[in-house]
Amino acid sequence: MAKRESSFKNMVFTLFTVTLIASSALGVVYEFTKKAIEISNLKKQAKAIEAVLPEFETLGDSYKLMPSDEKDSLEFFPAYNAGNELVGTAVKTYTNKGFSGYISIMTGFTPDGTISGYQVLQHQETPGLGSKMNEWFRSMNNEKQNIIGKNPDAINFTVSKDGGGVDAITAATISSRAFLDAVKRAYTTYTQTTDANSSATYKPDANNKGGEK
Amino acid sequence: MSQLKNFTKGILKENPVFVLLLGMCPTLGVTSSAINGMGMGLATTFVLMMSNIVVSMVKDFIPDKVRIPSFIVIIATFVTIVQLTMQAYLPALFENLGLFIPLIVVNCIVLGRAEAYASKQSIVSSIVDGAGIGIGFTFALTLLGGVREFLGAGTFFGTSIYPEKFGSLLFVLAPGAFIALGYLIAVINQINRAK
Repeated sequence: MAKRESSFKNMVFTLFTVTLIASSALGVVYEFTKKAIEISNLKKQAKAIEAVLPEFETLGDSYKLMPSDEKDSLEFFPAYNAGNELVGTAVKTYTNKGFSGYISIMTGFTPDGTISGYQVLQHQETPGLGSKMNEWFRSMNNEKQNIIGKNPDAINFTVSKDGGGVDAITAATISSRAFLDAVKRAYTTYTQTTDANSSATYKPDANNKGGEK
Repeated sequence: MSQLKNFTKGILKENPVFVLLLGMCPTLGVTSSAINGMGMGLATTFVLMMSNIVVSMVKDFIPDKVRIPSFIVIIATFVTIVQLTMQAYLPALFENLGLFIPLIVVNCIVLGRAEAYASKQSIVSSIVDGAGIGIGFTFALTLLGGVREFLGAGTFFGTSIYPEKFGSLLFVLAPGAFIALGYLIAVINQINRAK
């Protein structure tokens, strides 16, 4: 079969048909995968919450709060044990100060503000350097690089290069600073909601308005 | 040219990375570890085969002057399909490769094969060509990723071979990619010449 001529009519018609077929194919695939993507994202989040908190029975309703210095809200997931006591809160936090921008981290705090765990959800740091943050800050090899089981108020929560009490990832100080920045933001926002040392009686409804200013 | 020869040419003789020097952006970008290189290579192989099939199927309907935009739309569609499917059903793999998937659209290997091969050949030859070039690309990326991972972090496919502190940071970063790629091109060219 001979090639079709490049007349104006032919070109317009061809491009129209090609884009029409392409966009309808994409529409179908998008609709088809939408549910599965949502489920896998929720699963990932649920898994992260489970990983960062001490053992719990039920998850309470999540709520959002504005940190004082940023524009985007943080998401809080309180967790209760069988006796309906608060055992910890997972905070989905973020920073824009990473070596390649945005980093999203799930952090867990016990009611007294101690870090019970963390999980990096999303980042674009250099593979092999900044990308090590998901393992680095929980390592048991070096007490100064481990942040789990510590209270950010008790240790100076910046990298040791800046005079702080946490050792940064070798050759990835910027990623480490960003990481600590995100965790710190979660901590400060979290402690606003509770008197860090009291029994954490936070009422989401009462404070939410203040958070959304 | 027999189909077997058509298939194997992409692996050494016309290897897209080492001989044709196409697709340098993903090559340098994703090869910080062997597994990343392999994943990227396989995703590209899939897109390459699918777009080759479709381009070869519609080649007679597309007027010459609008062939490039049509090919790009076809390729971009397949890339998005791969991305959505991976995100939905292989979330673990997507976590590692998600960033790089959109880069396949602008990978000139895919467009290059559509333009130079599939738009002139039969469907079967186009599939074989796509598979061969794709596997050559995967091979190149895995090799480069393996070398960089070994020299930079002391691991191979995640298995530790020597302590990480002896690894050279240079090879994890972009300059190391250029250096490693240069040496690999020299080696492959030497092998091709010896034949």
